[in-house]
Amino acid sequence: MHETAVAESILHTIIAQADKANAKPVSAIISCGQFNTLNDECMQFAFEAAAAGTVCEKTKLVIKHIPLRAKCEQCQTVFEFDVYKPACGQCESKEFDFEPDAPLLLETIEFEG
Amino acid sequence: MKISLNQKILSRNEECAKKNRAFFKENSVLCLNVISSPGSGKTTTISRMIKDVGDKIRMGVVEGDIKTDTDAQKIRDAGGQAVQIETHGACHLSAEQVYNAIKVLDAEKMDMVIIENVGNLVCPSAFDLGEGARVILLSVPEGDDKPIKYPGTFAEADVVLINKIDLMDYIDFNLERVLADIRVVNPDVEIFQVSATTGEGMEQWYEWLMNKSGAAQAAR
Repeated sequence: MHETAVAESILHTIIAQADKANAKPVSAIISCGQFNTLNDECMQFAFEAAAAGTVCEKTKLVIKHIPLRAKCEQCQTVFEFDVYKPACGQCESKEFDFEPDAPLLLETIEFEG
Repeated sequence: MKISLNQKILSRNEECAKKNRAFFKENSVLCLNVISSPGSGKTTTISRMIKDVGDKIRMGVVEGDIKTDTDAQKIRDAGGQAVQIETHGACHLSAEQVYNAIKVLDAEKMDMVIIENVGNLVCPSAFDLGEGARVILLSVPEGDDKPIKYPGTFAEADVVLINKIDLMDYIDFNLERVLADIRVVNPDVEIFQVSATTGEGMEQWYEWLMNKSGAAQAAR
């Protein structure tokens, strides 16, 4: 999706934090939802390209995908939504309400030492 | 050493979108963020809106394209006011670009600002522009598989316009499937079937707009 803009944004934050900590960033963990999702390959490529020549050049990027949950209106079961089978896993009802999709988050940064 | 941030990655955009939203609210302007694939008829639809109801609703248009001001020119030819943003390669508009554009447009004097996003069914949906309603256009020739292939885009919509319905007889397009697939990810969305070329179905869409922009003005 919008991986280049995401790469630039997280790079900006990691560099600022690295300056503050006066340490080299080893890895960073980001997470995304299902509707608001990221493509792993594109994201890694965009981050690598953006990080070239910066303190983040060797920083490892970890991308977590958070499942989208929905609550069945019939049996109240909370289940993980699957676009290939959009129904409650318990009673197979197609009447359900989505819980909020996970936002794009920069969760943690790990520094050397 | 590990630090925990849990910071929204696009927070800078979101901050600016908040500013835009406050501006639109304060000035009772209805802002539409129109998103679709290239070629689905965004500019034609907006031009038709200007011609049909431009005397009732004062509209300004923010045009987003990678290159050229072709679309802004088309809007002006239709009698509308337009500002062109050239993104020079970026596949979406950001809230900051819109913030700058609405100043040029004198948007506070409008009833409605229509943002025509860069033609792309994927990236623009991640960027809140501060709009009051997000409008997704899906045209018949694109095929009936789009809602299920781009669920995130349709999940965030307030309105879906199914455009070019005058071509339905010539193209293998399963309307029922489209409606069902949209409802899976977005049960409450408003759906209108229109043809911006023939004008079919546009009345219902205008009715919705009048209500919505009237509500924005009633708050003035």
